[in-house]
Amino acid sequence: MLTLEHFLTVGALLFCLGLVIALSKRNAIGVLMGIELMLNSVNLTLIAFSRFSDGPAEIAGHAFVAFIITVAAAEAAVALALAVAVYRSRQTVEVDQLDLLKL
Amino acid sequence: MIQLFAAATGEVPGISEVVLWAIILCPLAAFAAITLYVRHLPKIAGYLSILAIGVSFVLSLIALVDVLGAGGGIAIYSHDWFRAGPLELALGVRIDGLTAVMLVVVSSVSLLVQVYSQGYMEGDPGYGRYYAYMSLFITAMLGLVLADNLFMLFIFWELVGLSSYLLIGFWFHKPSAASAAKKAFIVTRIGDLGLLAAILLIWTRHDTLAIHEIHDLALTGALAGTTLTLFGLGLFAGAVGKSAQFPLHVWLPDAMEGPTPVSALIHAATMVAAGVYLMARFFPVIEASPDALNVVGWIGAATVAVGASLALVQTDLKRVLAYSTISQLGYMMLALGVFGYAVAVFHLFTHAFFKALLFLGSGSVNHATNTFDMRLMGGLRTVMPITFWTFLIGTLSLSGIFPLAGFWSKDEILLEAWVNNKGLYAVAAIASFVTALYMFRAIFLTFFGTYKGGEPVDHEDEDSHFHGDPAHPHESSWVMTVPLLILTAGAIAAGWWAWGKEFHHFVEAAVPGGLHKAPDFSYWIAITSSLIAVAGIGTAWAIYHRGLVSSAEIRKVAFPLVALLENKFFLDDLYERAFAVQAFQRGWNRLVEVFDTTAVDGAVNGVGWVGTQSSRVLRHAQTGQVQLYGVGIAAGVFIVAIIVFIANPL
Repeated sequence: MLTLEHFLTVGALLFCLGLVIALSKRNAIGVLMGIELMLNSVNLTLIAFSRFSDGPAEIAGHAFVAFIITVAAAEAAVALALAVAVYRSRQTVEVDQLDLLKL
Repeated sequence: MIQLFAAATGEVPGISEVVLWAIILCPLAAFAAITLYVRHLPKIAGYLSILAIGVSFVLSLIALVDVLGAGGGIAIYSHDWFRAGPLELALGVRIDGLTAVMLVVVSSVSLLVQVYSQGYMEGDPGYGRYYAYMSLFITAMLGLVLADNLFMLFIFWELVGLSSYLLIGFWFHKPSAASAAKKAFIVTRIGDLGLLAAILLIWTRHDTLAIHEIHDLALTGALAGTTLTLFGLGLFAGAVGKSAQFPLHVWLPDAMEGPTPVSALIHAATMVAAGVYLMARFFPVIEASPDALNVVGWIGAATVAVGASLALVQTDLKRVLAYSTISQLGYMMLALGVFGYAVAVFHLFTHAFFKALLFLGSGSVNHATNTFDMRLMGGLRTVMPITFWTFLIGTLSLSGIFPLAGFWSKDEILLEAWVNNKGLYAVAAIASFVTALYMFRAIFLTFFGTYKGGEPVDHEDEDSHFHGDPAHPHESSWVMTVPLLILTAGAIAAGWWAWGKEFHHFVEAAVPGGLHKAPDFSYWIAITSSLIAVAGIGTAWAIYHRGLVSSAEIRKVAFPLVALLENKFFLDDLYERAFAVQAFQRGWNRLVEVFDTTAVDGAVNGVGWVGTQSSRVLRHAQTGQVQLYGVGIAAGVFIVAIIVFIANPL
């Protein structure tokens, strides 16, 4: 029997994996993939809560997930466009090279 | 809020409040108009100022007649001004016997001085400015005596100080005048600190600043003990500064740097009387505290002695009069110290006339000779007959010769002192001998003997506006002599008002309760004081006119004493060297400087140092690596999560 804890554990593991990827990958595309992983782990958690609760909260979880998928798609489109633009001007998408803010 | 207190006759002054405010506002309007519009039209400025003070004078007379008609009742018109928390301030006017007498003294002497100034200040480039300042001063003085609460009184008190500063330093391009003005301002400020402390004390302890309420507090005994004594001494400190009492009298002789009409008005007749007025106004407070009363009496006696002795060795005619003023103000304080409230006010009243007369007379002499140095004068009796006779009558009045004004008031002070305090009587009696001596010394040096040529006119000096020829002195014009003649009438007759104690009953009704019974006229005291005065005149005649005893001989015999007097008891040196230079410049200022460079600058520089040092460490955190910032955020969330978990275990 699958319980809520199982779903949450998987969600937490996925989130940690995504975090580690986002913080450690040098390639900007890799970082974006880590972020997508984190977003989806949150989606999984929300759906799990939705499944294991009654009443209006059930539909709220679904609604959140639908929003997040939409926003994540838009975010991915903008982020990939940025990556392409950065590559055109700097000939690299290595994030440790992009430290202009430091002066 | 209107409060009326009936006098013994059951009547109250019926004078309209508008009239009382108009007395203050007329000269104020003149001041504003001259400053804003007609400063550069000297004649008009002069007429405007004289017109304004003339109106005030007439209204003051109406007020006096009204209060006289009511037998000396009290009327108080008070209005709320503003409230700040528990502090409620009022603006109000109070009319009673004391205020009415002061109003008439101030406005009448001011009016005469203003008329006289037209002649004395003629041709001065600051003529308009002079009349503006004079109008401001008169406003302040009239407001001071009309104020019904301590706060308003304090405002006008400080305005008097300010306008005095402006007038002493009127010829500010002369360094001596500029420093004399500063000296007067700073020295009187020392006393004003005491007055301010007294105001704060009475407000914090008894929640009131209204004069009649403070009277009630003192009379009912609610204000008693240390608070009462401290309050009385605080007021007295203010009076010591303003009325040039020992040891703060040092500013008054230097204040003679101002134009002579200013000396006559401010430093003889009115401003220096403000301190005596303050003491008289709060006489129930002083009376209730024997300690304060003793301090007032003995400080007064010290002032009498210091002023009279220093007047003996002055060579400058105006300085003789200045020290004489100090001495006479001492008499007034001494009178207050022996319960002679009405007598002190009476002496203030008579003194205003004869001292203003003497100062204006000295100005007239200066106008003829271009100097105040008596060693350069002599023999002016024949060429300046009006000035001579009026000056002589003023001098006789000051010396206390029957039946002139000074006789009546000085005699009563001596009588009160004899009845209440024999020690103070001795000081006052000896000083009255010295008074006659120094005044007649001045008379003989100035008006008798042969003329010594005056001070030649220095045509190179741009500040000199002298018109005549000092080698051939002449009588002054009518604008100067007419005020002299009118004041002479006052110096002769002002004392007769005291006949039958009429003045006393009138003035005593102004402060309530616990009134001291004035002793009856004593022929013994009157004859003694007259003989003392005549002896002083005779001594002056013997030394300075007939030369029976050479003054040079006296100087040789009494050498240390003369040195002491000529150096003004070394008080100026003491204040200058010990207080100003050692204690203040080297001590306090050095302390402040060290505090400034270490503590204040240290704090400012320290803040900067902490900033640079901490940034040197913290700048390493800003790497520009986005992922490092991400690690920081994640670590922060993790730490917060742990803290929440520890705080709320499952």
